[in-house]
Amino acid sequence: MDAPANSSLPDVFQRWFAGKGWQPRAHQLALLAQARSGRSSLLIAPTGAGKTLAGFLPSLVELSGFAAEGGVAPRRRLMSTGSDVRREGGLHTLYISPLKALAVDIARNLEQPVAEMKLPVRVETRTGDTPASKRQRQRRDPPDILLTTPEQLALILATADGPYLFGSLRRIVLDELHSLVLSKRGDLLSLDLARLFRLAPQATTVGLSATVAEPDELRRYLVPQRSGEAAMADLVMAEAGAAPDVSMLDTAERLPWAGHSAVHALDEIYALVKSHNTTLIFVNTRSQAERIFQELWQINDDNLPIALHHGSLDVAQRRKVEDAMAAARLRAVVCTSSLDLGVDWGDVDLVINVGAPKGSSRLLQRIGRANHRWDEPSKGILVPANRFEVLECSAAVAAVAENAQDTPPARTGALDVLAQHILGCACGAPFLADDLYAEVIAAAPYADLDRQDFDDAVDFVATGGYALRAYERFAKIRQDAQGRWRIAHPAVAQRYRMNVGTIVEADMLKVRLVRSRVSKAVARGGRILGEVEEYFVETLSPGDTFLFAGEVLRYEALVENEVYVSRATSEDPKVPSYEGGKFPLSTYLAARVRDILADGRAWGALPAQVREWLEIQQWRSQLPAASELLVETFPRAAKHYFVCYPFEGRLAHQTLGMLLTRRLERARLRPLGFVANEYALAVWCLGDVALHLQSGRLSLAELFDQDMLGDDLEAWLAESALMKRTFRACAIIAGLIERRFPGKEKSRREVTMSTDLIYDVLRRHQPDHLLLRAARADAATGLLDLRRLGDMLARVKGHIVHRPLDHVSPLAVPVMLEIGRESVGGEASESLLAEEAEDLVKEAMR
Amino acid sequence: MHGTLPAPIHTARDPVSEHGFAVAGAALVADCSGALYWPGERLLVVSDLHLEKGSSFGTRRVFLPPYDTAATLARLVAVVARYQPACVVALGDSFHDGGGPARLAPSDRDTLAALQHGRDWIWIAGNHDPDRPENVGGVAMDVLRRGPLTFRHEPGLQAAAGEIAGHLHPVGRISRRGRVVSRRCFVTDGTRLVAPAFGAYAGGLNIRDRAFARVFPTLGFTAHLMGADRLYAIPAARCV
Repeated sequence: MDAPANSSLPDVFQRWFAGKGWQPRAHQLALLAQARSGRSSLLIAPTGAGKTLAGFLPSLVELSGFAAEGGVAPRRRLMSTGSDVRREGGLHTLYISPLKALAVDIARNLEQPVAEMKLPVRVETRTGDTPASKRQRQRRDPPDILLTTPEQLALILATADGPYLFGSLRRIVLDELHSLVLSKRGDLLSLDLARLFRLAPQATTVGLSATVAEPDELRRYLVPQRSGEAAMADLVMAEAGAAPDVSMLDTAERLPWAGHSAVHALDEIYALVKSHNTTLIFVNTRSQAERIFQELWQINDDNLPIALHHGSLDVAQRRKVEDAMAAARLRAVVCTSSLDLGVDWGDVDLVINVGAPKGSSRLLQRIGRANHRWDEPSKGILVPANRFEVLECSAAVAAVAENAQDTPPARTGALDVLAQHILGCACGAPFLADDLYAEVIAAAPYADLDRQDFDDAVDFVATGGYALRAYERFAKIRQDAQGRWRIAHPAVAQRYRMNVGTIVEADMLKVRLVRSRVSKAVARGGRILGEVEEYFVETLSPGDTFLFAGEVLRYEALVENEVYVSRATSEDPKVPSYEGGKFPLSTYLAARVRDILADGRAWGALPAQVREWLEIQQWRSQLPAASELLVETFPRAAKHYFVCYPFEGRLAHQTLGMLLTRRLERARLRPLGFVANEYALAVWCLGDVALHLQSGRLSLAELFDQDMLGDDLEAWLAESALMKRTFRACAIIAGLIERRFPGKEKSRREVTMSTDLIYDVLRRHQPDHLLLRAARADAATGLLDLRRLGDMLARVKGHIVHRPLDHVSPLAVPVMLEIGRESVGGEASESLLAEEAEDLVKEAMR
Repeated sequence: MHGTLPAPIHTARDPVSEHGFAVAGAALVADCSGALYWPGERLLVVSDLHLEKGSSFGTRRVFLPPYDTAATLARLVAVVARYQPACVVALGDSFHDGGGPARLAPSDRDTLAALQHGRDWIWIAGNHDPDRPENVGGVAMDVLRRGPLTFRHEPGLQAAAGEIAGHLHPVGRISRRGRVVSRRCFVTDGTRLVAPAFGAYAGGLNIRDRAFARVFPTLGFTAHLMGADRLYAIPAARCV
């Protein structure tokens, strides 16, 4: 796209740019031209390219009243407000950010040019923290530019104010769109956008995004869809910044076979921190962050200011770290994806990524956080924590060099989110089903929504959607004489407002620091350190120690949904096994890793220790070709092991493990357990698996047949705790279970209990219910990663190679080392109970 | 009106569930469905059925699947068919609220009548259903005493030899190899017993909760956790 001449910018803006010593960038001017011709756009720009200013520039120019002739006519009617003269009319620009903190920071950044150019523009934020009085005022007297979050937008749209507030809207700016669209929040936002398209047909959208694999999907998201054709916003590409400088740490230490802590490389990491101004150290999980932070301080002889940042820490604590970072008072921050998004910090000159990068797009963005001056290269160093991660890092370095992206494909809109939206619409104003359906399918994720699914969702909202019509008398919404659906009682709207949103956290418990138990009574009071997952606490006994918030803590007691802890002196804590922040290896990187393994010529670029490892594997067993699935079997300690290497990520491997053990059980091979990591799956049996395979009694083709995703899967899902967790999230989002009631917050523990029971009953009596359909759709991409497993089974069909061995192969060592470290999979609940009961017998017989 | 008893549900593995222990000298059998059987008296005890809990929430516009009563009764049909008791004692909180009996669906009412046919049926009063349930057959009582045993809904505050109670919805939890398994359970110290909730929508309370300390002051009691086809006896002290 040709950039218009600089002269398209009004004088006051030209002077402002000149005063800063800046040149407006081509993509900033391009967006201005797009806005003037009334077109929606997707701007793809690297970090540091002035994306935010580009998004707001057209609005500022229009609002300044100096729009060039031929452009959109600015609103000129002025009115007196008593103390000031203001333009009449409502909101001009709506800005949506995935992060509350980001909206607040952007507002601050925007006020600077507004003040410096003395533009008559009022900028305000609206978040969960905005006082009720201000929200009230915003409804009567909206600002020109409102910055908010998807949840707040849904709340406004669920009031009668929507048409008045948004009727005047000219522009909608969606920030960090690549991240928003990946989740159910993106589904909800798409439905709210569809509503805005109808309330403000004159408005255009601007999506701001990092580089993605499929920009067309984001372009569709930004404009209303019509049946039969895919409408798309125009694409504006910012000039690419300098290519990042990414390398893998060439450690002088011995590379571990397994584990994720990268403790071997700590001295080298510390030296890097010392030789740079400010370093961001990204890790994949919160427990890794705790560990690395702890270990770095052990060797921090220079007392460098090194901080910790992850999603479980108390908000106030995180804010403190962010502020210290902004003020350039820190030399390093150990962080998780909690800092993937957010405000730019100018002084970061190095990003270290510890562990496997998991995906090239995520890595590119993380590295982009170093050196926000787009014309200078960002510097990133990858620190693999084990040998497989060396392969993954090396694949990632190659992908980054090609600027190859691997963002996940677009979502199909979730039915539970649709149900929440339908209730929100009814809270705003009565609707006709035909009209709302037409509006909903304008949202890109819902473009292919069946009318039947839509009607089922309406029925679900009204009375639960049950074949047994038990709740007609208590309907939440019902049809009036004109056939319009309206809420049955104002309390329904009140409850909707308290429960809006799609973020369902795992059950978390607050961690409170108390003094150690001296007498029997635990001291009350003390500071809240953050939150941990309830299931983790369940595995603790009083006296156990764990790492949290950078300290070794001793578990004292669970008191009314709070975990009481004290400072411990122990040096060897039981590290929290948070799930938080575990990402599966991207399909794209996985394919590259398989290619490296298969191609001996690529090994030259690998560290010598890794090369040697692969060469021994080649000699002892074999390496699979890129399209093959290698299965190794070997006996060990009176058990028979079965190891395969699908490289499809831990989630898909776990599901595969569950299904394979069912089949091995049926083949009477008596599987005892399995363990999965990102690359491989190991199953151990009492029966001789190798013998069965060699004699033809067991066939690999049948074992890995795609039909395992049929009956076996259904049977397993009935009992699967992961499926129940998935169902719970759907039930909460759809509004079957409300977390908050007027006056009290229902305890999350209560909700968990009851959704499991509901799942059991519903699955037996109405297996095709909307919520079960929603949960199955989630399972396909979520905790069970069924889609990926299905793709893998299709890929390896006819390409499975069996290699019987006398003992464990080099390639199998990493996953074998996970045994005993990771919890053993399998629906082993019954056997765990039996073990517990048998322990007692042993004790009695001793 | 008496219908015929629906055929019991047979699962793939038909439960073999003889799990015996004595309470105050009476030999009892715990069934892995959550029912307690006293062969000596041919008496079957089920606690906290919470029938019509779904419809109770429905009146507050929380639309739980309205199949809980049918699901609970189906399990009761199966266990009654297995033991053919002469007497069934519903140990209180049989209905989730006082309006429950009136909201019973006709088919569920028929199932209940068929269950009661040819045997004694006793509704013990619970805190959710303190009044005599209307039009659902059976005899209502606050407390039933038979031989060494006393059947009541809420465990008494004093140590009561031979007390069989419900109310607390006991759930036992074990933690092993990084995983937590939690199941409904019977808890007994040989002197008294608290039975698990039988209702499909009845929640649970961890047996390590304070409420159980009032019934069993020391941890010297045993939890009999309900497995898929057997029960597992686990000392309370080993539960988490």
